[in-house]
Amino acid sequence: MPRTTAPAPTDLLRIDDELSDEERLVRDTVRTFAADRILPNVADWFEAGTLPRELFPEIGKLGLLGMHLKGYGCAGMGAIAYGVACRELEAADSGLRSLVSVQGSLAMFPIWKYGSDEQKEEWLPRMAAGEAAGCFGLTEPDHGSDPGSMKTHAIRNGADWVLTGTKMWITNGGIADIAVVWAATDSGIRGFLVPRGARGFTARNIHKKLSLRASITSELYFDDVRLPGSAVLPGVTGLKGPLSCLSEARYGILWGVTGAARACFEAAAEYARTREQFGQKIGGFQLTQRKLAWMLADLQRAQLLALHLGRLKEAGQITPEQVSLGKMSNVRTAIDIAREARTVLGANGVTLEYPVIRHANNLESVLTYEGTEEIHTLALGQAITGISAYR
Amino acid sequence: MNIVVLVKQVPDTWSERRLRADDSTLDRDAADAVINELDDYAIEEGLRLQEAHGGEVTIVSMGPQKAADAIRKALSMGADKAVHVTDEALRGSDGLVTSAVLASVLGRTGFDLVILGSESTDARMGTLAAMLAERLGVPQMSFASKVETDGSKITIHRQADYGYDTVEGALPAVVSVVEKINEPRYPSFKGIMAAKKKPVETLSLADLGMDASQAGLAASATQVVSFANRPPRAAGTIVTDEGDGGAKAAEFLASRKFI
Ligand SMILES: Cc1cc2nc3c(=O)[nH]c(=O)nc-3n(C[C@H](O)[C@H](O)[C@H](O)COP(=O)(O)OP(=O)(O)OC[C@H]3O[C@@H](n4cnc5c(N)ncnc54)[C@H](O)[C@@H]3O)c2cc1C
Repeated sequence: MPRTTAPAPTDLLRIDDELSDEERLVRDTVRTFAADRILPNVADWFEAGTLPRELFPEIGKLGLLGMHLKGYGCAGMGAIAYGVACRELEAADSGLRSLVSVQGSLAMFPIWKYGSDEQKEEWLPRMAAGEAAGCFGLTEPDHGSDPGSMKTHAIRNGADWVLTGTKMWITNGGIADIAVVWAATDSGIRGFLVPRGARGFTARNIHKKLSLRASITSELYFDDVRLPGSAVLPGVTGLKGPLSCLSEARYGILWGVTGAARACFEAAAEYARTREQFGQKIGGFQLTQRKLAWMLADLQRAQLLALHLGRLKEAGQITPEQVSLGKMSNVRTAIDIAREARTVLGANGVTLEYPVIRHANNLESVLTYEGTEEIHTLALGQAITGISAYR
Repeated sequence: MNIVVLVKQVPDTWSERRLRADDSTLDRDAADAVINELDDYAIEEGLRLQEAHGGEVTIVSMGPQKAADAIRKALSMGADKAVHVTDEALRGSDGLVTSAVLASVLGRTGFDLVILGSESTDARMGTLAAMLAERLGVPQMSFASKVETDGSKITIHRQADYGYDTVEGALPAVVSVVEKINEPRYPSFKGIMAAKKKPVETLSLADLGMDASQAGLAASATQVVSFANRPPRAAGTIVTDEGDGGAKAAEFLASRKFI
């Protein structure tokens, strides 16, 4: 039976009071969906290293996929509603939020923003409904933080393109119906839409990951894949294409991680209220209280930052440096909270019976993908000093 | 078909609920407010009947300002429009008063079918369907776990301890539903966006031609005279399994008349 859930008493500063009625309804809807469909199963998915494909249409039906885009079957919601949805999903698991980030901000967004009318009509409605899964191929085995030096390339052959190369660490790659692949061409980096089953295109899922296990990560191979001229995204050339998508996705992440952090804080607070040692609740020890107090302070700061950046984004004023600050700072805060929460749970903290170690492990990936913490630090360093330390 | 679904906002059953010390009414500020659980099922049933037979689904809710949240959720699930009766003088109204107010609203909206949850999680009286049907002079089809209609006749499965009764009546009618009836949908984000543009009519008692003396605590036939906190739960008994655990468990269940 669907449970109507109300906010837990972790929002001491009443930040959620700032949300509009619609944003609160988005929050409650995703929270209820997560409580019904994700939380009862996610530890098992994580342990097995899978994510059921059926979740795609279910999440699509809610309207989560491409929810911040307008038209083509998308809900057309604001940036704050999108952030709140990411937060509530990631409170369940970063893998689920990754699915939504990749589909909406990395696969649908470039088609929506840079695609031809035909490309939009063909893919966006099905992707919004969760009938078609998308992925975003930028990173390569030897080119991660420095995607500009990618080896994957496409050359013209008559009216067609021939695509060659390898992409690595691609979320949803193995289940994608459509891959948005960035490749070097004579005229600069271009985006290509490569459908599943294209001759010469294969995907292999990466196993033995110990982070983001409830998420599919794959390696994509393009062995002289012949694509029609209509496969290229006409609207953008150069690294700014993929970087603009990443900026969208990073915005979702800086909200999302506050959900993971909140879940860890809640688990630690609950454990501290019930677990007894030395004849008293461990929540009665000053050391535990100090941990909890700082976790809450850090969590609420991260939430305020997310809300502030949401307002800037809704006003159309957000800059990449601001997103870098948000991504860098909030992911660091979240992983620190997760690790601190882990200590409060003692040995129980390392099991999948509690959500904390799962979140802590997931956040290791979140720290690295979408621009590592170091790269965002350097982006800010450049913004502050005017000197680039990395490119 | 003109379908009206009645919706009530109640304190979340997951939060601590209290009565007010001054007049023994529910302290609505003490707990988070949510849509009454069974009302989700009533809305879902209304929407399904609409999908099958056409027409409109109207949400009617009586409650304080913030009951607008419950109405918004219902509209986001897909209902077409809503009427919100809100008036300071309604505070403390019992079932009898509530049924009079709602009957008056239903007189304005008209209806082929009124659907409501069989009880609310706050008062748990479960009498509103009967009171309404009586006031409106239409059949009461209560505790429905299944509803079928051809537009003039309505057939329900009435949930009972022993299974169900099949009950038949003529439209218009009042139907109260139980949890078994369906699996309510989630509001979709497109629905949330669409709900912003759906009409919500807000009515006061005066708009319904009623005055304060006919509503609220003073006009109610029932009152909470006194209340006490539930005593703490007694500690359970631990039975050690010495090879006869099954028999002991059966004995316990038999002593409580479960088997
Ligand atoms: C679970 C998961 C899912 C992913 N999903 C996707 C996806 O869907 N699509 C996609 O394209 N990619 C994806 N990635 C890849 C991710 O974006 C890259 O891993 C990331 O960009 C870092 O690249 P790298 O792993 O090659 O590390 P490297 O770039 O080799 O970096 C190694 C270390 O060196 C540091 N470093 C590098 N350059 C500098 C410098 N100039 N100064 C200081 N330090 C530096 C880095 O910060 C890091 O600490 C995913 C990764 C993971 C783990």
